[in-house]
Amino acid sequence: MAGFIAYRLLYVLPISIGVSLICFALTYMAPGDPASSIIPDDASPEVAAQIRAAYGFDRPLPIQYLLWLWRVLSGDFGVSLSTGRPVTDEVIPAMMNTLSLAGGGALLAAFVGITLGTLAAYRNGRLSDRAISAVGIAGMSVPQYWLAMVMVAIFAVELGVLPASGMGQPGDDFGRTLSFYVLPILTLATVPAGIIARSVRSTVSETLQQEFVQALEAKGLPAWRIFLHVAKNAAGPALAVIGLQFANLLGGSILVETVFSWPGTGFLLNAAIFMRDLPVMQATVLLLAMFFIVANLLVDILQMLFDPRVKSARRG
Amino acid sequence: MDRRDFLKTAAMTAILPSSTAVLASNQPSRSVRPGSELKIAMTLSDIPLTTGQSTQGAEGQRFIAMTIYDALFRWDLSQTDKPAELVPSLAESYSVDKETRTVWTLNLRKGVKFHDGSEFNADAVLWNFDKLVKKDAPQFDQNQANQAASRLVGVVSYKKLDDYTVEVRTAEPDSMFFYRVSAVYFSSPAHWKALGGSWAAFAKTPSGTGPFKLESFVPRSRANLVRNAEYWDKQRVPRVEKLTLFAMPDPSTRVAALLSGQVNWVEALPPDAIPRLKRSGINIFSKVYPHVWPYWLSYAEGSPFLDIRVRKAANLAIDRDGMSKLLGGYAKPAKGMVDTSSPWFGKPTFDIVFDPAAARKLLTEAGYGPGKPCKITLLTSQAGSGQMQPLAMNEFVQANLNKVGFDVTIEVVDWEALRARRSEGAGAKSNRSVFGLNNSWSIQDPDFGMLSVTWSKRIVPKGNNWGLYQDEIADKLCEAAVNAFTPEDRDRTLSDLHAYIVSQAMWIWVVHDTNPRALAANVKNFDPPQNWYVDLTQIEVG
Repeated sequence: MAGFIAYRLLYVLPISIGVSLICFALTYMAPGDPASSIIPDDASPEVAAQIRAAYGFDRPLPIQYLLWLWRVLSGDFGVSLSTGRPVTDEVIPAMMNTLSLAGGGALLAAFVGITLGTLAAYRNGRLSDRAISAVGIAGMSVPQYWLAMVMVAIFAVELGVLPASGMGQPGDDFGRTLSFYVLPILTLATVPAGIIARSVRSTVSETLQQEFVQALEAKGLPAWRIFLHVAKNAAGPALAVIGLQFANLLGGSILVETVFSWPGTGFLLNAAIFMRDLPVMQATVLLLAMFFIVANLLVDILQMLFDPRVKSARRG
Repeated sequence: MDRRDFLKTAAMTAILPSSTAVLASNQPSRSVRPGSELKIAMTLSDIPLTTGQSTQGAEGQRFIAMTIYDALFRWDLSQTDKPAELVPSLAESYSVDKETRTVWTLNLRKGVKFHDGSEFNADAVLWNFDKLVKKDAPQFDQNQANQAASRLVGVVSYKKLDDYTVEVRTAEPDSMFFYRVSAVYFSSPAHWKALGGSWAAFAKTPSGTGPFKLESFVPRSRANLVRNAEYWDKQRVPRVEKLTLFAMPDPSTRVAALLSGQVNWVEALPPDAIPRLKRSGINIFSKVYPHVWPYWLSYAEGSPFLDIRVRKAANLAIDRDGMSKLLGGYAKPAKGMVDTSSPWFGKPTFDIVFDPAAARKLLTEAGYGPGKPCKITLLTSQAGSGQMQPLAMNEFVQANLNKVGFDVTIEVVDWEALRARRSEGAGAKSNRSVFGLNNSWSIQDPDFGMLSVTWSKRIVPKGNNWGLYQDEIADKLCEAAVNAFTPEDRDRTLSDLHAYIVSQAMWIWVVHDTNPRALAANVKNFDPPQNWYVDLTQIEVG
């Protein structure tokens, strides 16, 4: 196990360098002056040149990349062009906010998806299976932006039972704080819940067809004990899907965070793109990519723990 | 006018309104309703820089710079029936040397204190100028310099004459310094030093002289400000206890937040939400302000707009009332750079109306017609500051122009790319096929709004004259404007310039935004000024 983790960690290094190179280069591929967002409309050529020089935008691109990489390795992501605050002060709290939202969304999606998927698999071919599958497909297909606005219109505007946006402020009691999470988490969990339900249904169905299940039934084991065997066998593929969905939630919540004004990385990245805030864009994309890599690694480890076949396959 | 008369005029102009403020400052502080809180949903996605010179454009200044800080001059936002004018603020008065016209003497207000209790004086002014332009000064701050170093361009020196008098010298006579310096905000030197000379620490607990104090803020979420009960201008001590600013870039989120009671003031409403808001008892306020939604025209070689008949035809082809209707009535047809109510409108000889027949005739005279349309490409952005609803509006204009004999192609780029293309000029390779630039513009500061886009001395990169517009008469009028040091002369020269560029159909002017805002029924005492800014000190929340 330790060897596998070390082996995977070795992979992380070249992937990280590749990701850093891509996210640095992509932000420069957009047309125009990288400093345009901070050069005032009435700046003289001298002032404009001074601003470019102050941020190092006047240097060759490879030098800019190496300097940026060096600073990043020492934990310095520079200063936000749009707010003037250190990028670390912007990105780290945003990452924590997104993690809490994505964590809640992933947990809810996993609970709903596993429950519905398992039920559908056990009711294979019946009306309830088709109904659950239809709900799963609807969940996968619903546009999150639309769903977010509908939920706000119903629960915040018409019923007035939940806040429309934001995440409250320090000093709010637990109930009040929790209320800000409800609508974004519900919105965020809908698509992955549908995907997980479909995947779990398929995996559990396949497992139920296997001979060992029939053997267990022939031995007269109670249904709940057979279910435990089925669950253990189906857990590996389900975990892989849940892990990927969690990683997607980390990076893919731009629309949801924007609609709910949730101060996470999606909201931050959206604003940074519109304001061409290169240091914030680079730091956010890099950190999200790192989280994606770590999430994948954790899923692989969990899969190994649940499924000895994976462990032996890795060894082999 | 002799030297004495000149100085008297300049100084008195500044002194009269300030005297009102001084008298007012002796009046008792106003009462405030306990617990009253003004909660504003901004269109910004983050809280602007809080150290003095705010980031994020006019909205950043409106809600952060102008609440926590003061400048030497401020816009008088109490006059709502005409465009706001600059009046003294931290400077009680000023005078300009008549001989050289390059020496400005600024007389500072006495008794003004920063939020930390330290005194505002001449040393604070010099210290703040240094923070923007003196790179070897310990307090030099690149983040603030980005925002305002350009405001001190043309200043060759500044010095203290006594504790409350500062002398500023400009390289050339430049009456527009008055406008530029009004956007330089003053941070407390004593507080910065007490924080160990750290702007990062200062940003968290800033200290200005403004009517509100920043209590705390959460990036990308909210800023909590409280009333400065000790504010030096007793007429402008806030009438609410708290001011909370929310970052809400999504328009539907802002509307939902207002309808659910989370905020009681919403900026930049989407017009289609207004009927629903009105049904809920929300009050909608809108008024024309110094904003224009135009097409800047190219005068580069090969541009059809080198011919004044084509420029006039394009101006006459657009149904501005129809455009206003498209925007729910929240836009006013433009007849020039500024609105007709502006003292700078003047008497243009070209009346911008909707007359497609006249437009067709002019195009025919210019050599275009059926089978030979006037092919043009117009550049716009998909969104951006002041761009209103650019895609729908551009399609509307395209249809109008095509009806009279143009063949219009619209090129859409993102906002920052549009700004970059603007800074390159119409003659640049990137803009070679583009003959019109749709970039909304602010005419609040006449130097920025009119001179920088008109004067041949300001052709990019020395200014914002993107189109390479060069006209001897316009140049002389610009020269006259920067040499006009009294308000009357300034208004006269600017109205002459404006009348001339409209008569020349320098640009295609389409509409002025009226900036609809929504306020909950319990928010009182707001009458929108004709300005990009608002005075939040007068607002009451019942």
